[in-house]
Amino acid sequence: MPTLTIDGKEIEVENGITVLQACEEAGVEVPRFCYHERLSIAGNCRMCLVDMEKAPKPIASCAMPVGEGMVIHTNTERVKKAREGVMEFLLINHPLDCPICDQGGECDLQDQAVAFGRSGNRYEESKRAVEDKNMGPLISTTMTRCIHCMRCVRFSTEVAGVTDMGSLWRGEHTEVTTYLGKILDSEMSGNVIDLCPVGALTNKPYAFTARSWELKGTESIDVMDAVGSNIRVDARGAAVMRVLPRLHEDVNEEWISDKTRFACDGLKKRRLDRPYVRRRGKLEEASWSDAFAAIKKKLKGMKGAEIAGVVGDLADMESMLAFKDLLGKLGSKRIEGRQDGAAIDNAVRAGYLLNAGISGIEDADYLLLVGTNPRVEAPIINTRIRKAVLSGLKVGNVGNAEDLTYAVEEFGDDKAILNAIISGKHAAADALKKAERPMIIVGQGALTGEDGAAVLKAVRDIADTYCVKDGWNGYGMLHTAASRVGAMDLGLVTKGGVDSILDDASADKLKAVFLLGSDEIDTASLKKTFTVYIGTHGDEGVQNADVILPAAAYTEKSGTYINTEGRVQRTEKAVFAPGDAREDWTILRALSDVLGDTLPYDTLAQLRDALAKAVPAAKTLDTVPTEAWGDFGTAGDVASGGIAPTIENFYLTNPIARASETMSQCVDAREDIAGEATGTHG
Amino acid sequence: MSTAEKKGFCWTKENEALAQHHIAKYPEGRQQSAVMPLLDIAQRQNGGHVTVEIMEYIADYLDMPAIRVQEVATFYTMYNHRPIGKHHVQVCGTTPCWLRGSDKILAAIEAHLGIKKGETTADGLFTLGEVECAGACVNAPVVSIGDDYFEDLSPERVTEILDMIKDGKDVVAGPQNGRQTSAPLGELTSLTEFVEKA
Repeated sequence: MPTLTIDGKEIEVENGITVLQACEEAGVEVPRFCYHERLSIAGNCRMCLVDMEKAPKPIASCAMPVGEGMVIHTNTERVKKAREGVMEFLLINHPLDCPICDQGGECDLQDQAVAFGRSGNRYEESKRAVEDKNMGPLISTTMTRCIHCMRCVRFSTEVAGVTDMGSLWRGEHTEVTTYLGKILDSEMSGNVIDLCPVGALTNKPYAFTARSWELKGTESIDVMDAVGSNIRVDARGAAVMRVLPRLHEDVNEEWISDKTRFACDGLKKRRLDRPYVRRRGKLEEASWSDAFAAIKKKLKGMKGAEIAGVVGDLADMESMLAFKDLLGKLGSKRIEGRQDGAAIDNAVRAGYLLNAGISGIEDADYLLLVGTNPRVEAPIINTRIRKAVLSGLKVGNVGNAEDLTYAVEEFGDDKAILNAIISGKHAAADALKKAERPMIIVGQGALTGEDGAAVLKAVRDIADTYCVKDGWNGYGMLHTAASRVGAMDLGLVTKGGVDSILDDASADKLKAVFLLGSDEIDTASLKKTFTVYIGTHGDEGVQNADVILPAAAYTEKSGTYINTEGRVQRTEKAVFAPGDAREDWTILRALSDVLGDTLPYDTLAQLRDALAKAVPAAKTLDTVPTEAWGDFGTAGDVASGGIAPTIENFYLTNPIARASETMSQCVDAREDIAGEATGTHG
Repeated sequence: MSTAEKKGFCWTKENEALAQHHIAKYPEGRQQSAVMPLLDIAQRQNGGHVTVEIMEYIADYLDMPAIRVQEVATFYTMYNHRPIGKHHVQVCGTTPCWLRGSDKILAAIEAHLGIKKGETTADGLFTLGEVECAGACVNAPVVSIGDDYFEDLSPERVTEILDMIKDGKDVVAGPQNGRQTSAPLGELTSLTEFVEKA
């Protein structure tokens, strides 16, 4: 623990940190552009120069390790001059086009030029100009503004794990670019926008639509996957303009996936903004009271056993509870929360959580993936795995061999391997045995087959044999839907799952089906059944609906979500739902009123009290629970056969993303690359 | 099959051996360190310049990302990215050579070959360029042609050399004014006496 003096203040810091970090600990601000705490040290912007006694010239504090007895000055005349000099050099080739730059108002260069720069400029020659690069539909480039901090290059190489970016040429001719002008092929690419300290890389869909100071930020939670990334929703008036990450060390650090960031334009497209009722085979606009009356008329005399419900991937817990209670009042207990048909067993809570937590992945020393492709199912978790791999984690995979951006030992996609692992006759078994903190993550793809329950049991047995020890539960399930853990906690599981509901509907055994934002099922079998769809978008769910009730999306309501680790978090209302759309639980409560048996909550607070009673776990916000281990899954034969991850296309997993133009552009851009590669293009 | 192989770039037998020789200099797993000599070998094999296909071939060969090879190949000025003539004439224009008349040398070459800096003669024999310090200041002015340095030049001498190369005659590289390497021209000016060690 070296002690050093910073601006006359003595401070004891951890060994191995840099002078810049020590300055931060001492509360002294040091300007910087290239240094970023989550990236490797580059030391190429020179903005962090400080004075060190006994050193002949200022030192780059980001790259200087602390030493015992160092005396650092950050407020001397020489430091001031050094910073002014560096700033003047950086601005020589910077266009100073702040008035037409999207970064204006939230630009490191702008802020630091004001704080540490000279007031004037002595450079009178021509500035250089650099051709803009194509980085795909998400990132807008103005490379003349680039100051060559290389944060984007380091991010894509180190964190995202794609070696697509680099800097070409040298000196004055240096250009940051993607390889041969291709798109940055990563699900995390949008983070380079946040990292760019200037306006060289900016948000393309958001370009020129708003100024940062016009926006109202609302701290919220993302629902595009089951990670629950912490986000800030920036809105102007009634429109969500953009989504940015918020820092949460244990969840998303400071990254978010491209879907989280860019799917927000889908909140404005294809929205349901008024109720609809199907009359004579056609959907017609209706008032709320007409829609409710239509439902009341149809439900009259219907038995509870003839009614069922399916909950979608984006539902919050309050909605799901109100949904469950409403159907309960109609006499139905048949509500299914596993749209994809995965055989999740909700008997043991530890059985459907990522027990070690997302940050716990970094504590593991061996990880076995079963039927999951975390790169598309949860890019944030994949990034965490990659981070752990870089510091020694070994990863094995039972499932499709995909490029996960880190080294993976592929064991093939045959389910029968699981049996071999249990009996210890497999390389993966040896690795799990040897590891001190072995981890196994099972994906939804492993559980969706006929023998899903048996696969779950097999994975559970593997975990029981190798991964569950004193103080360490290495078993984890990776969900793909934000609503899933909450649905399991609320007990929304039915025998036969969603398939049986659809079968019964087409066999006329079910007379009415309620859909709470369920868009990932094939509703063709609901053609003859009276179907009520409560949701946000004109997507699959409305195709065969008879009554459509427009609801609020995740940015338009305060809702509780439980992520794949079991962490309870809440979204906050950033904007109002469009048109006549209402928050889901208020719709359900109003409907219950019309149906004659009112749900017992008038306010969100009362609903939350009811939720806390129904699911005690939903009370504790933002912690990873420690759940008791138990037995789950159904013993059975795990047939030999392929095991494949569930998500077909990362960019199109939910109705918001499917409505998003930006997401479609991402799909097109990737099809273009694939087309070129196979030579079938054009 | 990589793009480069499709386009037909592949080591010749000798160059493959040479490439392996360079890779063997580095510890196992550090084969990427050999990227610079390999680029040079490939550039020579390709007649003086590297292409995207070649960079990708080397990236495959060394198991490294293509962008990293491209970064190296664009950083160093001795890798050419466009076809060049058979003889690459590079005139040093940095201060010592400039003081010793590099402008005149350059002008003489331009006039003689009928091309400007950065151009190639119609017969494909010569490409002319100006470079920063060639590191032979004591023999300024200096022009490098291919792998050889021609030093202590005069405008007349440099055009003679070009003609001789064009005609396929042998030219002796090095100082062109008769001195030995960088020793003084004519008599010694210092250390003139040989003093026996006491």
